[in-house]
Amino acid sequence: MKELVVVSGKGGTGKTSLVASLAALARPIVLVDGDVDAADLHLVVEPRIVSRNDFLGGGKARIKPGHCTACGKCEELCRFDAISYDGPGNGRIGRTFRIDRLACEGCGVCADYCAEGAIEFASAVAGQWFVSETRCGPMVHARLGIAAENSGKLVTQIRRAAQQAAQKYRLDLILCDGSPGIGCPVIASLTGASMALLVVEPTASGLHDFERIARLTVQLGVPAILSVNKADLNQEVAARLEAAARAMGIEPVGRVPYDPEVTRAQIAARSVVEVSQGTAAQAIRRIWDQIEERWKKCAASQAGGLVQLAVSPGDRE
Amino acid sequence: MRIAVASGKGGTGKTTVATNLAHMASQDGCAVAYLDCDVEEPNGHIFLKPVIDEERPIEKLIPEIDPALCTYCGQCAQACRYGAIASLPQQTLVFAELCHSCGGCVLACPAKAIREAPRSIGDLRLGRSGGMRFVEGVMRVGEAMSPPAIRAVKSAAPPADLTILDAPPGASCPVIETVRGCDRVLLVTEPTPFGLYDLTLALEMVRAMKTPFAVAINRANAGNGQVRQYCDRNRIPVWAEIPDDRAVAEAYSRGQMACDAVPAFRTRIGELLQRIEGERRR
Repeated sequence: MKELVVVSGKGGTGKTSLVASLAALARPIVLVDGDVDAADLHLVVEPRIVSRNDFLGGGKARIKPGHCTACGKCEELCRFDAISYDGPGNGRIGRTFRIDRLACEGCGVCADYCAEGAIEFASAVAGQWFVSETRCGPMVHARLGIAAENSGKLVTQIRRAAQQAAQKYRLDLILCDGSPGIGCPVIASLTGASMALLVVEPTASGLHDFERIARLTVQLGVPAILSVNKADLNQEVAARLEAAARAMGIEPVGRVPYDPEVTRAQIAARSVVEVSQGTAAQAIRRIWDQIEERWKKCAASQAGGLVQLAVSPGDRE
Repeated sequence: MRIAVASGKGGTGKTTVATNLAHMASQDGCAVAYLDCDVEEPNGHIFLKPVIDEERPIEKLIPEIDPALCTYCGQCAQACRYGAIASLPQQTLVFAELCHSCGGCVLACPAKAIREAPRSIGDLRLGRSGGMRFVEGVMRVGEAMSPPAIRAVKSAAPPADLTILDAPPGASCPVIETVRGCDRVLLVTEPTPFGLYDLTLALEMVRAMKTPFAVAINRANAGNGQVRQYCDRNRIPVWAEIPDDRAVAEAYSRGQMACDAVPAFRTRIGELLQRIEGERRR
């Protein structure tokens, strides 16, 4: 089983459009939308949801106004400015303390040290994740609740579900659409993956951000390849990107030109390779051929990380 | 006035809008501060080319355990809701990347064996670009949590009449940290199905935060009319529609300010700035 994760550092470089096209070329596979913050892949692959599951996030604290004596201990201990003296009054006092749920980071310290036991602390449903059917194969995706945290934990959970789906349906490839940035959801999607595909635009920002996401893949020990998107926007920067990639041991696998067909396909809820024979679609087909070549070359060495995630150490013995 | 430039979807033009707004407002004589809160991938400096006056580490507090005092009782690990401490029979391990610096372990330790020590998670850079004050945070590669770095950027904000916060993409904790305390959020989107869907997520977030908002539609003629229709139907103010223009994309690719390179773009940003000025005076 192989797991290819598509990341970009900078947002909006075309990860999801490329994932949808690769899924259409590689099917049947298992698809994962690891951009749980702003998931868009479902808009193109039109999943039919087979199972829905609650995602339990971290705990959140809540003051029971009837029990609060307004001693102020909670506000003193809270490091996140989440507690303010503007809660409703009760029979004994005119004002109580109140916790802003959006600011609460769920450390539980206020609840642990409230002398009155007036603070509830409980895990809440912070989103949902789904196993679905698509025309490209099974898909695992999620919807993080409004202003919820723990996106990394949710990414880890859906990757695990994807590995189970791959085993169940005997599918060889998991293709994961990642988040922008280099923070927790990205680290959670890359850790232990077989390979990262970096989708980068040939711009000054793209070059800057590439360098950071590339270093992250190196730190995490995930082999990476590079695709330059909208490559004709600035050929000179495209060449510099590819040179920078090679210097870090990251192999460029192709350039996709700017092509309005990509947006047209998105509006039609299709991937560009399904509806177009244009320049972008042709380039993406060549990139998929390159990726397949690479799988063949390194067939023996890729499964390691996946096993760690899917099976606990005891099971492996 | 503090205005956050955000978007659900990445790559819609947040940094382009934020830097050009800041630049033009500053040229008009307004006291402007630009804060790059996209600490995972900060790009504002590429366009504003600031002179950096001061650079200092961004630190967060993490527990340091004194092995001479630790009794391995495990109460710190039990108190930690983030799994950042593991208590073994002869060792107590701290996973610094997971720590939220809440201080709970220090309070929980009966042996007083834990003190908090600063750990660098990135760099804060302060400077100026023309008359504009510039602050950016750069999170170290490999760090997982950006909110502490975003807090550091915001608390270093110099006084200004107009403070523009360039937010990270998405709709969860890093964006919430950026938007907290702002007077307005400008959501930059693009007229595509992805742009529309991610806009609805971002709108849910700003509504939950009760922050007034408006939308700017970038590359306005490059997709379909659904974003505009959605905004009209839901009475969401659209403060700007910026046409798709290859010249803007090329200026961007070279790291140039589009308002200096493309007159039509300058006109649109100027109109947007007038809308913001109008709000500021109200």
